[in-house]
Order: sequence, then C-alpha cells, then structure tokens
Amino acid sequence: MSAVLKPKSKLIVCDGNEAAAWAVAAARVEMVAVYPITPQSSLVEYLAKFVADGRLAAELVDAEGEHSVLSVLQGACLAGARTYTASCGPGVAFMFEPYVRTPGLRLPIVMGIVTRDLLTPQSVWGGQQDAMSVREAGWIQVYCESVQEVLDTTIMAYKIAEHRDVMLPVNVCHDGNYLSFGAARVELPDQAEVDAFLGEKDVNWHVALDPRRPMAVDPLTGGAVGSGPATFVRYRKGECSAMQNALSVITEVHEEWGRRFGRTHAPLVERYRMQDADYALVTIGSMTGAAKDAVDAARERGEKVGLLKVKTYRPFPVQAVAAALAQVKAAGVVDRSVSFGWNCGPLFQDVIGALYHAPRRVAAMSFIGGLAGADITTGHFDEAIRRVAELAQGAAAGGTVWLNEKD
Amino acid sequence: MSATTMLDSAAEFDVRDYLRAEMMPHFLCPGCGHGIALRALLWAVHELAIDKDRLAVVSGIGCAGRLSAYIDASTFHVTHGRPIAYATGLALARPDLHVIVITGDGDCLAIGGNHLIHACRRNLKLTCLMLNNEVYGMTGGQVSPTTSETRVTSTTPLGNSEPHFNACALAAAAGAGFVGREVTHHVPKLKELIKAGLAHPGFAFVEVMTDCTEIFGRKNEMGSSAEMVLRQKSELRPSAYRDTVDMPFAAKDLPTGILARNDRPEYGEAYRRAAVAIKSAADNPAAGRKSRQ
Repeated sequence: MSAVLKPKSKLIVCDGNEAAAWAVAAARVEMVAVYPITPQSSLVEYLAKFVADGRLAAELVDAEGEHSVLSVLQGACLAGARTYTASCGPGVAFMFEPYVRTPGLRLPIVMGIVTRDLLTPQSVWGGQQDAMSVREAGWIQVYCESVQEVLDTTIMAYKIAEHRDVMLPVNVCHDGNYLSFGAARVELPDQAEVDAFLGEKDVNWHVALDPRRPMAVDPLTGGAVGSGPATFVRYRKGECSAMQNALSVITEVHEEWGRRFGRTHAPLVERYRMQDADYALVTIGSMTGAAKDAVDAARERGEKVGLLKVKTYRPFPVQAVAAALAQVKAAGVVDRSVSFGWNCGPLFQDVIGALYHAPRRVAAMSFIGGLAGADITTGHFDEAIRRVAELAQGAAAGGTVWLNEKD
Repeated sequence: MSATTMLDSAAEFDVRDYLRAEMMPHFLCPGCGHGIALRALLWAVHELAIDKDRLAVVSGIGCAGRLSAYIDASTFHVTHGRPIAYATGLALARPDLHVIVITGDGDCLAIGGNHLIHACRRNLKLTCLMLNNEVYGMTGGQVSPTTSETRVTSTTPLGNSEPHFNACALAAAAGAGFVGREVTHHVPKLKELIKAGLAHPGFAFVEVMTDCTEIFGRKNEMGSSAEMVLRQKSELRPSAYRDTVDMPFAAKDLPTGILARNDRPEYGEAYRRAAVAIKSAADNPAAGRKSRQ
C-alpha cells in the first residue's frame, strides 16, 4: 500500500468500525437499518452519530432484529435507495432468510460483517465462523487486512455490487475486536473524488417497486412439472455467471481505485515474498499482518517462505490461487473458523480445490487458530512455518493443526 | 401481610442459598436495578417453597439474560430473543418443573416480540420476568422498543422519535393469564407480585421497571441510581390508586400491581387432556361412534 496523500484527502485516526461508517457516508448511502451486536455495535453508533451530525443524509431504522434489518433494506433497495447494514455472529445467523434471498433478487446491498465466532459455547469474541457459514449463499465476500482497507473496500463495494455485469450483494468482512476496535491512521478520501469514482447509483433498474412501472417482484415460479424448474435454473445460472464476472470487475474497480486515490490494494489475492518461495502460508483477514512479520523473520533466517493473502473469498479466485501456489512444494492454510465434517478450515478446502488446477500436486495442511478471540501470534506463525517446511521436505504428513489448543 | 411477618420471612430468606457463589462477583454495573429484581424473584421462589431441583430458569441475551447464570438451579442461557420459545419446549416436555423466563425489554419486545405474543395467546404455564430498563444496556446503550420518546441513546443522539411499547397492555391484549408491573423501589411488593405470577396456573407476565444508571441514566442526566428509582416510583402509580390519588403520580401514568388476570385454560393441561381423549377414542372406536350417534 503506497502512502502518498492526495491533496484534498484528510488524515484521521479511527478504528475499523468508524472507518466503515466514514465509508458509508462517503458513498452517500440513503438507507441504513441496524441492530446492535458485539463487536459491531460502535459501527451502528457511528452511523447514528453521522446521521445526527448531518454528515450522512440517510434514513436510519433502529429495527427490531437482524431479520428485519435486511428485510427493511430489501424494500428500500427495490424502491431505489443505496443501502447499508453491518452485523456479525448470531446476528448474521438470524438474518439468514432474507440473506439467502438477496442475491437472487440481484440487489446490490452492502453489508459489513464484523466477524465474530458463532455459538456455542457462548462467545462474543472474534472469529470468522459467521461469514464462513454463509459463504455458499451467493453474496460476494471480501476480507480486509487493515483499517484503511475497511474504509476503501466499503466504498469500492458499491461500485462492484452495482456494476451491471454483477448486481450482487457484497459482504465487506473485517475481524471483530482486531479491526473493529484497533485504531490506525487512515486517509479519508475527498468527497468529490469519491462521487466521481462511484458515479450515479444504479440499484433497481432490473427490479423495482415503482408505481410508474408496476411489476410482480418474485412471485412463485411455476410448478415442478411446468416452467418452474427452468425459470429457477435460469436465475441460478445468472447468479453463478455474475459471480464469475465479479472476478474481473473486482480487479478493475481496485485498479481504478489505485489510479484515482494513489493507494492500491490487492483485489483478489496478494502475493507476499512469493518469488522463489519453496513453501507458503495462506492467510485471510487481519491475521495477515502478524503472518507477514513471521515470514520476514523466517526469510532473515534464510528460509524460502512466502505468503498468499486471500482478499476476495467469494467468488473464490481459483486461477489466481492456483497460479500463485503453482511453484511451491507445500502450503499451510490458516483459518479462523472450522469446516465441520472435513475436520479442517474452510479456506483450506477452497485452496486445495483450487490446487486441482495447478500443473503439479502441492502438499497442503490446515491450521486453525484465532477462534473465540484467541490471538494468532508471530509465535504461532513461526510454528506453522516450521511445520510447512517439514511438509515441503516430505518430513511430515499434512493434516490439521489447532494453533491455540494449548495456549 | 403485617410488617412483622414480612420481616420474619425476610429473615428466613438468605439469597446466598439460591446463588452460585462461584459466579460472583456479578457483572452488573453499580446502581443497576437488575440485582434487586433477581433478589425479589429468589425471595418469591423461597416463600413458595419451590424446590431448586424443580426450578428451570431460561434467559436470553442482554444484561437481564446474564442473570440465569447466577441462580443455583437448572439454567439455560439461550439466543437473543428466544427464551420464551425455549421455555415453551421445556415446559411442555416437563410439566413437573417450574419454568421461569428472565428477559429484558430488547430481548422480549424487539427481537423476541413474536414469541411473547404467542406465549400469551397459548397461555402455557410459564412465568416471564421482563426487566425493563428502557435500553440495550449490554451493547452500550442503544434504543429499545421501551425507550421513552425524546430520550437520548447511542443510536438516537437527537432523542428517540419512535413511540414505545406498553408491555403489560400488549401482554394483556394478547391474552396472557396474568399480567403485572412493579418498580424496584417496592421490593416486598415486587416479591409478592412475582409470587402471584409464579402461583398463576397459566402464562404470567411480570414487568419490572429497573434503572440503567451507568448508561441510560448518565446519557439522559437522570442522576444517581436512587434518584432514578424514586423517579420511577413517582411516575408509576399503583393501579388501586387510579381514581383516588392524583399526585405525585403523573408523568408516565403507567399503573403498577396486578393489571390483568383471567382463567383461560392453561395450554399444557388442555393439550394433555386432549391427547388422552384422542388416544382413548382411538383405542375404543366403537364407543366413539356410539357417542356421536
């Protein structure tokens, strides 16, 4: 990330929750619906404050629960409003019904997930099980590494979601407790620049609640022996191809962001010290900072290790991951959630799925850490690097390692 | 009840017999009224001689939701808004238990409002203790469905513009068998109200007005905990005074005491009786046909 300050931008110090709220204001969102939940609560409080201050000209609905939150936004989006909400953990679970419906309606709603571990046991701490549990629902999901990336990505999310080749809702995920409450120096882009970048909003050209052009939005499709399944398949295929289109749109939008604002973020994956690497770590979200430190230390010891950060998780950048890992002998994938029934992390599953497209077999192993707010420290990453090195030398088998089990 | 017997029963009751010592210190803020409500509940349990082994307490999420963990009984801390639904399953499966729900205004009226009205409609024997502090305290003081108009919260920095619920009127309209409200200022009266709710053979809804001094009170410059409790006392009038005393009850004019009571059939009992009747008709079809002729 380059740090050349654009003339009209402003430097502020804020945490990830406030950064998301600044982005919502900059994107001129018109309808916000919220329900507080730890660790997202301060984000909705910033939104309420910005509305009260006049910085955000939006209607703010203090809804009676997350299920209502997303339903309110669907109504608003169908009526033509640019919309935003954020939630996490059990809140995401409670909104599952309107959540799964949003992509099929092709509504470009942007929703932050301030990632939190899921019940049970009861925990209000960070973890990515909430977002990972809804990865197959048809939303675009991007994961941020830094507070600046939360701000920039939340603005970019509108451009991606509203792109006519995409028209899908976007989750901008930032790690609860780490990014939600960790303060950093952040560059706030100039409003006119953001306006020029986003252009006119484009949310309901395809489906609208508009008295001037009445339409029946999402009536029941025909019966199973009639046109129903064919209609359904057409919709599903449409969503799937929009997801694939999103890969190039996300890349283009990130490139344009870099050109306009002088600050670049890797759109799909970021390769860190991957040239000549014999083995690599694969990370997602805020853990990446500590992992890069561990990689730097290992490089100083002469170990040929690199790192691949996955930013865009849905659509999964299969080709980019396969290409980036093609030359390594082994990869260690670090997850902050689990995949039940596979006994590994969900990102690990995706990575080994992508490695099917690699020209030769790459050994891989799964690391699970950071559940329920646990730290994944540089010490944990040192240990992960040691194990992946063994795997690369054929000195150890793969499998799943639980990083915080004996902390 | 005379003053003497009240003192005697208070002397017999030791709240520590009903608390999990290992869970102390509790997490409530200084001045919070929830502890008073918890003590009143346990005092009522004690006076009704309810066996702790037959006591099940279900609570949701929020400051009120944390209380079940402090009670030395079978307790279940469930998801946000759902304690009444969990308790419905528990009470139907184990009619021999006393099932108590502890919930807050957000848990019970916002995210779980649907469950409340249907529990009232069914009239299943449960005691629902709703602690109303007008705010989402645990997440930092956001607006709730009982926040009074114009009150400042962290999500209504210019003052709340939405109308608030009258929870007891809602429960009574939905058909709850027993409905009552009390303030934490009157501890023995609160205990008696909860006792009447626990003894009621149907769905009992008891609303306790408590004070959130640290967050709600501070934001709205409502003074100390004592000042907040005294204000609640003077703003809420006992229902028995309605036509005779005007002062000092004025501001909210919400009544306290037992506000509604009916003898509608209790759902669990009616369900089990119907199940027996259906089974006996199935076992003896000839008798069934004869009786219909």
